[in-house]
Amino acid sequence: MLEVADLNSFYGGAHILHGVSLDVGQGEVVALLGRNGAGKSTTMKSIMGLVRPRSGTVTFEGQAIAGRPAYRIARLGLGYVPEDRRIFTDLTVLENLEVGCRAARGTQRAWTSERLFELFPNLAERRSARAGAMSGGEQQMLTIARTLMGNPKLVLLDEPSEGISPLIVEQMAFAIRQLKAEGIAILLSEQNLHFAMLIADRVQVIEGGRIQFHGTAEELSNQPKLREELLAL
Amino acid sequence: MGFFVAQLLTGMANAGALFLVASGLSIIFGVTRVVNFAHGSFYMLGAYIAYTLMSHLPGAIGFWSAIVLTGIAVGLIGLLVEIVVLKPIYRAPELYQLVATFGVILVIQDAVRYVWGPEDLIGPRAPGFGGVVSIFGQSVPTYDLVLIALSLVVLAALWALFNKTRIGVLIRAATQDREMVGALGVNQTLLFSAVFFLGSFLAGIGGAAQLPKGGADLTMDLNIITAVFVVVVIGGMGSIFGAFMASVLISELQVFGVQLLPQSTLVLMFVVMAIILVVRPQGLFGRPDAAVYQGNSAMVPKPLKPLGLAGKLVGAAILAFLAFIPFYGDNFLVFLFSDIIIFCLFAASLHFILGIGGMASFGHAAYYGGGAYVAALLVQYLQTPMELAIVLAPLGAGFLALIIGWFCVRLSGVYFAMLTLAFAQVVWSVVVQWTSLTGGTDGILNIWPSDWASDPSVFYYVVLVVGAGGIIALRAMAHTPFGYALRGTRDSSLRAEAIGIHVRRVQLLAFAFAGAMAGLAGALFVFAKGSIFPTELAISRSFDALIMVFFGGVQSLGGPIAGASVFTLLQDWLSDFTYWQLLLGVAIIAVVILSPRGITGLLETTGRIGDRFRTATGSNAEVAGKEAR
Repeated sequence: MLEVADLNSFYGGAHILHGVSLDVGQGEVVALLGRNGAGKSTTMKSIMGLVRPRSGTVTFEGQAIAGRPAYRIARLGLGYVPEDRRIFTDLTVLENLEVGCRAARGTQRAWTSERLFELFPNLAERRSARAGAMSGGEQQMLTIARTLMGNPKLVLLDEPSEGISPLIVEQMAFAIRQLKAEGIAILLSEQNLHFAMLIADRVQVIEGGRIQFHGTAEELSNQPKLREELLAL
Repeated sequence: MGFFVAQLLTGMANAGALFLVASGLSIIFGVTRVVNFAHGSFYMLGAYIAYTLMSHLPGAIGFWSAIVLTGIAVGLIGLLVEIVVLKPIYRAPELYQLVATFGVILVIQDAVRYVWGPEDLIGPRAPGFGGVVSIFGQSVPTYDLVLIALSLVVLAALWALFNKTRIGVLIRAATQDREMVGALGVNQTLLFSAVFFLGSFLAGIGGAAQLPKGGADLTMDLNIITAVFVVVVIGGMGSIFGAFMASVLISELQVFGVQLLPQSTLVLMFVVMAIILVVRPQGLFGRPDAAVYQGNSAMVPKPLKPLGLAGKLVGAAILAFLAFIPFYGDNFLVFLFSDIIIFCLFAASLHFILGIGGMASFGHAAYYGGGAYVAALLVQYLQTPMELAIVLAPLGAGFLALIIGWFCVRLSGVYFAMLTLAFAQVVWSVVVQWTSLTGGTDGILNIWPSDWASDPSVFYYVVLVVGAGGIIALRAMAHTPFGYALRGTRDSSLRAEAIGIHVRRVQLLAFAFAGAMAGLAGALFVFAKGSIFPTELAISRSFDALIMVFFGGVQSLGGPIAGASVFTLLQDWLSDFTYWQLLLGVAIIAVVILSPRGITGLLETTGRIGDRFRTATGSNAEVAGKEAR
């Protein structure tokens, strides 16, 4: 569904991604594991068109999308949940959802704010609250909900468990499994191996802008040395 | 009581057009981060277009449809400006976009002059609303009530747009984080265009609606833009309701100010703004976290290096060239180059705070003209000799900058820019309105150099020595530890603070030093011309300095010198044409679009393209050679 091949990205003069390749299949959850600064977020942004890759290809459902503006990539059915959440703090919860709203494609069952409030009950109570006044966990739920309003076929989830209390992390894992059950493919970036193992079908480990490992979560946990080297866990 | 109510209503009616223009500016800034200086020009265009439409469309229906059609026409012109001028440079640092809008001001000025002529136009009366009504025994023009109603209707409509429609929600979201809005599938390009249309539409309606009350003239653009900035800053950048309240506040202030303090109406508005900004820097209804001005973060300035041997040689060559001007040039050339040197110093002083300090002062003419007035007043009233006046003028201007800077360095980004502009307007209005001291708009005449320097060639050398000395002092200052600290505050005030730099003090001292150097340029100017008028303090002079700095390129110390030279020569050369402002405006826009880093950037780029071209043709020749074999 999503194939990334030999991606090279730069920030100014700094070479961040060195030929990153990965793929996500239909309805699959793939975790991109790595430490801070390993290149996870840059990979996500390069796929989404927020960072323009200097070389390499990104193919989504057969279409080459590298170098296209972000809004056109989003319209193809690629959703992006950024690491730093980036909710619109001045808008209410409902208005945040409105910004993300796009029509459903084909046979997809469209997401509505009501369906999302079932998935994230915390948000339901705060629907008219200013988003900036909510807790970090609620804001994280709102970013995911906002992206889902666009009825994406694949969601790029950038470190959803970062800086969130363990209780909310549980809820988040539950919600992501729900999405998987809906048939939505997910590329999840994580530092937290346990969280990733809860939900991922496959894992890829990135370090220094290069993919160092790919396989199943089980295979990774059977290689403690590799785990220690790449993830410091 | 009746009198009070009548005055209140007059003030509210005046607030109408101000609010329409201010809300448009605020909306455009919120989403695109472009401070559209040309917004006053859209307002002026609105008045002129409405004048033509109203004279062709008869009756009440004609009148009201003319207002709406004007809005649409001006909206489309705004859209055109956005697509042609701003779209290519959205990725450039924000402040560069300003210069492009300066260019637009000049172009629209001359276009209007060409189409409608230079005479002031008197607007038609609104059909059915030409009379007066009696309120508490005072007669109030009916049309004033119409304007009040119109502004309330627009306020309500904008509120509904922003809170009840999808596009309104998208605009508000984009005001906070436009990249994220794009990642959610919204076409930013279209959104920007829509916002520009809406903002220009409002300005056009404003110009059209006030036509029966105020008419149309060629000074409307700059006159309202100052007031609009005051309104937007007082109300809070990005807040529509704030813009409304501030428009009313400012207009009432002026109406009642005329009754109470007729001599100081102009000053009053800016004093109120200064007080509000010091107490509440984000404006009355602005949120500190909203409308985050990101400064020039997109641009990573190259570190400055002291001149190498080659640079020193070039500098010496330029000085030698300038020193020889009186030998082979006539008086005209001597005057022209004396102007150029003065403007180089003026531009270099602005560059010191803008390029090195990261503080975009929009009111730098206050210190340039301030220095000139200090010198002129000293000569006029105390018979001070020229030499002493040239020494004292920068001290006076520096002192003025110290006082004004104390307020301004509390703010940053756009707010800083607007506050400096406001204070410059205070200085200007004091000079204009304090006729007994300054002669008002008649200026101060007969301020000539000392006898030994009365020959134009001799005075030229005074200008050259003092001017070059000032520029060298500014450059040297950039390479002192103080200069490093200043650059540190520009690049990250937080980090600078964390390593023990007193950010505000560094900024204030830099501001005062730049003010003093501008004052030095002003003192030279007054003796070169023999007279001084308030125009040297006016907003357009501040804009000139900004254009020179941006035109030349902010990133290099040579930029302001190149910019001032090219700008002065261009202005001199173009002034033979009737519509020279139009040509100058087009030239400015072209430079900004072709090279967002100014002339010096353009030189570097063409240098690099040249290199690439040479290597490319070299390899082509090789290929051709191989093929031939």
